Amino acid sequence: MFPTLPPPPTPRAFLSDVPLRFITPPSTRKRKAAEAAIADDTLPLLKSATKAAHTRNATSTSLSDTPSDKDEKKKEKEKENTKQQDKLDIEHLTGFVSSSSSSVGQSQCPKKRGIATPATTTASMDSDDDFMSDMSSDDFLGTQGSDDESIGEDFGDLDTGFSDDKELISHQRQPFEVEFKVLDPPEIEREQLAQINNVAAILGLPPESAAILLRFRRWVQQERLIEEYISREDEMLEEAGLGTKCQGVAKTEVVNDFMCEICCEDGPDLETYAMRCGHRFCVDCYRHYLSGKIKEEGEAARIECPGDNCHRIVDSRSLDLLVTDDLKDRYRELLTRTYVDDKENLRWCPAPECQYAIDCSVKQRDLFRIVPTVVCACKHDFCFGCSLKDHQPTPCLLVKRWLQKCEDDSETANWISANTKECPRCQSTIEKNGGCNHMTCRKCKHEFCWMCMGLWSEHGTSWYNCSRYEEKSGSDARTAQQKSRASLDRYLHYYNRYANHEQSAKLDKDLYLKTEKKMTSLQSQSGLSWIEVQFLDTASQVLQQCRQTLKWTYAFAFYLERNNLTEIFEDNQKDLELAVESLSEMFEKPVPELAELKVDILDKTAYCNKRRVILLSDTAENLSKSKLIH
Amino acid sequence: MGSQKRIAKELAELTSSPPEGIMVELADEANLFEWKVYMEGPEGSPYENGEFLVKLSLPTGYPFKPPTVSFATKIYHPNITNDEKGSMCLGMLRADEWKPSSKLSAVLEFARQLLAEPMPDDAVEGRIAEQYKNDKKRYEEIAREWTHKHATPA
Repeated sequence: MFPTLPPPPTPRAFLSDVPLRFITPPSTRKRKAAEAAIADDTLPLLKSATKAAHTRNATSTSLSDTPSDKDEKKKEKEKENTKQQDKLDIEHLTGFVSSSSSSVGQSQCPKKRGIATPATTTASMDSDDDFMSDMSSDDFLGTQGSDDESIGEDFGDLDTGFSDDKELISHQRQPFEVEFKVLDPPEIEREQLAQINNVAAILGLPPESAAILLRFRRWVQQERLIEEYISREDEMLEEAGLGTKCQGVAKTEVVNDFMCEICCEDGPDLETYAMRCGHRFCVDCYRHYLSGKIKEEGEAARIECPGDNCHRIVDSRSLDLLVTDDLKDRYRELLTRTYVDDKENLRWCPAPECQYAIDCSVKQRDLFRIVPTVVCACKHDFCFGCSLKDHQPTPCLLVKRWLQKCEDDSETANWISANTKECPRCQSTIEKNGGCNHMTCRKCKHEFCWMCMGLWSEHGTSWYNCSRYEEKSGSDARTAQQKSRASLDRYLHYYNRYANHEQSAKLDKDLYLKTEKKMTSLQSQSGLSWIEVQFLDTASQVLQQCRQTLKWTYAFAFYLERNNLTEIFEDNQKDLELAVESLSEMFEKPVPELAELKVDILDKTAYCNKRRVILLSDTAENLSKSKLIH
Repeated sequence: MGSQKRIAKELAELTSSPPEGIMVELADEANLFEWKVYMEGPEGSPYENGEFLVKLSLPTGYPFKPPTVSFATKIYHPNITNDEKGSMCLGMLRADEWKPSSKLSAVLEFARQLLAEPMPDDAVEGRIAEQYKNDKKRYEEIAREWTHKHATPA
């Protein structure tokens, strides 16, 4: 059964999206406008909605870069009065807005948290958390929240005049979406620091020691760490490489009658350093040692004292005292890397050169029933579970199996299917590359007839001229053969469709690269404005996204048990596929026809999107209830 | 930095008071980084009465980088490769285990100790390790034979 479709669009629903254009940073405006276009299913509503949007815009502040200042002034007064009412109505409609905007671009703006004004937070608390799913609430992070400072910075480029609108565009989380948050390197560092300081305060340790403890235990929950520390303090300090003596300040010294054990220098003015373990070396050697570890070995969290057989860990304060600034940066980078690697709720964005990490609470053990797709601030969408490109709705485990299978099978499967048969006894695949029908399996020495697959010995005198098609041994062998062929055919059925969508998505992507050109040319040929030709950009993005989804539905279907739920799944798949193909066709039309097709394309784009959301939601719900056993 | 100074000091110490069964000299007087080590087979081991030539190479990064130890004399041992390289795999000589304050005398003593007590679980020659564990008698026989054949001074 399909979930019920969202209620029909109204101008009001459109309203709530349009103002976004004016309050998001320039880079995301284009995208937002595109989303707005999808939110509107029917063109007739477009004009009135746009007008309304402008007027609404005017009520909040006077933005001079809006296209229609005249409109604004005209309606400014009347709108002022209805503003409050609008807000409530729009809120009522957010369900609709979300279903169309969610899948287009969930998270172009990772840093818009904290723009809520007191007046509206209570009214739309729920949706606040989910709005642009990467801006999850603080409590999602549990004890790690340390972003208070960052909120202040985020106000910078935003026009607070609109902040109340923004709250209203939030969308309800779909069943296939997960909560997550994008972290940039400074945020990750702040998170670490907050935990370190917290543990240090509770245990009464210097922060650099607390850091070593936390890293030693791979950033387990603080409660567990503290518990362990209390029950076996000395052993733990020893194991973590901290030793039990906690005293003194980190500073370099000149010591009488000193000879460095490493370089054997013994000048009277030799600066030396020792950690609390007392192993003293000259500062030059210490420095050289540390830089070797950091630069060449990429070590940071577990650099030991240079002393022979001493397992004490070099703490960050000692390090800060000894090494140069560029090494400190590298050191911090390495620590951050280990931090993200160690924490189960963090994962680096796999996009090349991307510095962000994603914070998501989905556990590895839940991956068979959740597909945690996340979208980085760099716009790369990937699976939090396996770091591969988004593979909704197929769970990671199946993706892995499928990819493995394709790697092993696909190139050859087609050829095998066309040119070979299996030995009726040992099932080895055999190619008949000439000669007579008397086959002897190389592997098991079984002798059979290539024509009827029956035992050769039963052929009696009719050797070399098989007419014994109905013989029992032959028909059994053929049944077995058919079975194995059927399973191969089944695989090829799904593989071909999977591969086809992959290929189409690539072509669509090429098309997308040409889209901007198309948009420009459409603009000049039809007299439409830039905003008004955005529908092409949107359509192109939706196409690619739907293809991506479709591709994986085939891999998924390959592993599905057959029951009534799979039928629903396949119906959903078929609906989406039809919609995608017809949108794809429209999209490829020559530029002059595109202007006329605008309404159709808008409709189809929104429809594709809806079908995708329905398919994914349905699948995710069944998956989470473990109904789709495979 | 004074790696020369450090090496010279270690060499002087090793020459003036060498550890038991070990004698060192530079392979070439002008080069501090290549050493020749003469190692006597430990008493009670199948290598007893043998004299093994061991090459000790120091990297330019010494003592921040670990030295390498290899047996120039052929030897039948689970932890020493049975080829012309005669490489020896010592845990303390791994880059991430090595400490700049570790001493060459300790390395050599450890290597000699390994002749007395092989560590079959960290073997480089699996077959010999297997034999050492399951058929120690045969292992000792062959080791003694090889010692006699390759490591006995004329």
